[in-house]
Amino acid sequence: MAIKINVPTPMRQHTGGKAEVAATGATVRAALDDLGRQFPGIADRLFEKPGQLRRFVNVYLNDEDIRYLENLNTAVKDGDELAIIPAVAGG
Amino acid sequence: MQAHFVRGLKCRLCGKEYPLKALNFCTEDFGPVEVFYDYDALKAEVSRQVFERRPDNMWRYRELLPLEGEPTVGLHVGGTPLVKADRLAEVLGVETLWIKNDAVNFPSLSFKDRVVAVALSKAREFGFTTVGCASTGNLANSVAANAAAAGLEAYIFIPADLERAKVLGTSVYGAKVIGVHGTYDEVNRLCSQVVDRFGWGFVNINLRPFYAEGSKTMGFEIAQQLGWRTPQHVVVPMAGGALIGKIHKAFQELAMVGLIETRRCAFHGAQATGCNPISDAVKTGREAHRPVKRPNTIAKSLAIGDPADGYFAAKVIRDTGGWAEDVSDAEIAEGMALLARTEGIFAETAGGVTLAVARKLIEQGRLPRDEEIVLCITGNGLKTQDAVVDCLEKPTLIGTALQEFEALLEKVTEAALV
Repeated sequence: MAIKINVPTPMRQHTGGKAEVAATGATVRAALDDLGRQFPGIADRLFEKPGQLRRFVNVYLNDEDIRYLENLNTAVKDGDELAIIPAVAGG
Repeated sequence: MQAHFVRGLKCRLCGKEYPLKALNFCTEDFGPVEVFYDYDALKAEVSRQVFERRPDNMWRYRELLPLEGEPTVGLHVGGTPLVKADRLAEVLGVETLWIKNDAVNFPSLSFKDRVVAVALSKAREFGFTTVGCASTGNLANSVAANAAAAGLEAYIFIPADLERAKVLGTSVYGAKVIGVHGTYDEVNRLCSQVVDRFGWGFVNINLRPFYAEGSKTMGFEIAQQLGWRTPQHVVVPMAGGALIGKIHKAFQELAMVGLIETRRCAFHGAQATGCNPISDAVKTGREAHRPVKRPNTIAKSLAIGDPADGYFAAKVIRDTGGWAEDVSDAEIAEGMALLARTEGIFAETAGGVTLAVARKLIEQGRLPRDEEIVLCITGNGLKTQDAVVDCLEKPTLIGTALQEFEALLEKVTEAALV
């Protein structure tokens, strides 16, 4: 399954400058793990420890915050889009 | 040109340092970055007298703000009254109560003028010509007004369902106003992507560390107006949760540079029940807040479901021995009316939240009746008139003859005697 992942600027140093990366997996977690396999270094930026996103990293599945879905266990399907966005903004 | 003491940015999680630039998060762990200063050098430079002899606006504390040159935007912001609220104190049954009244801040009638003055002055230092923000309304007004005066192009993103007065009070300044069909948090996320794509200077996105420092001036003013000391309790409304932390930082900094003594000051946070992620975290003992997907409250200026500083706000409240509460829409409207009727201050819905929460905390015994309390009023009631329209009596209509008024007065007097 091909999932499109939008990578924010400060993480692109780990993706060879790519803003968009294709990954596979049946859940958000599997897709992000695949991203980490393709681009070593990015997993450390995303995860506090395995299975736990850093406090100030937000992940959106087709524009919906995954915390309002089933978090990392949310199922994804072909053509879905994930966006990684820094949480420190606004207010 | 005068000396500056700002030294750089530092991640609040891992401590990694960055030079001064338009950056709001650490590229290592995405933690928020914060401005830091050379406090030793500051201590030798500043004094009560230095601050006191300057004009009564926020820039009197400029050594403790993150500009490297002179301020160029919002030169008249701040210097708002600290009102001794004796009539309100009597109703609430407390001895000493003060209102820090940012409802009359210049130019746009909210505390946001403080943060915008710093953010846009900094935007100019960095060379941005296009600025913007994600806003629940007050920030929109302030960015639009201050950007107009500074000749900067402004893109303002707001939730499409905002109060009419707040939309109008933005577009009148010629800003490009974009109403987004979504919650504030969705607007905010979109703005993060806009900044990433276009490289503009958004006051609460990539300029956020500088912006947030502006809030400290509300705390500096409170301490100076109390005669260079802190109160025992401060009650602060919470949306993104930055203000409460910055007032705390302001008191800490004044103590660090030797201008006040360190005294215990408890910080209390106020939210609306329809959007209470931070007060919920405090009340349930949770370290991280649970975001609120669909905020539902008349206090739209506080309707941030996923507050960026939620974690830090809850921590300040816990660490200082304060508490947080939330109140219903009816309590908010009552709070607005009570403040207006006792002190002649017409605050916006967030002010109603602050007052109603203070009342609740007094009843709970968390705000002891014999201790000194400061309530932070952050916005103006003229912008949120719809919130109180239903609980106000309509004007009595009469003709132009004096007898009509006499007859009316007689009726009113009779009614009062019954």
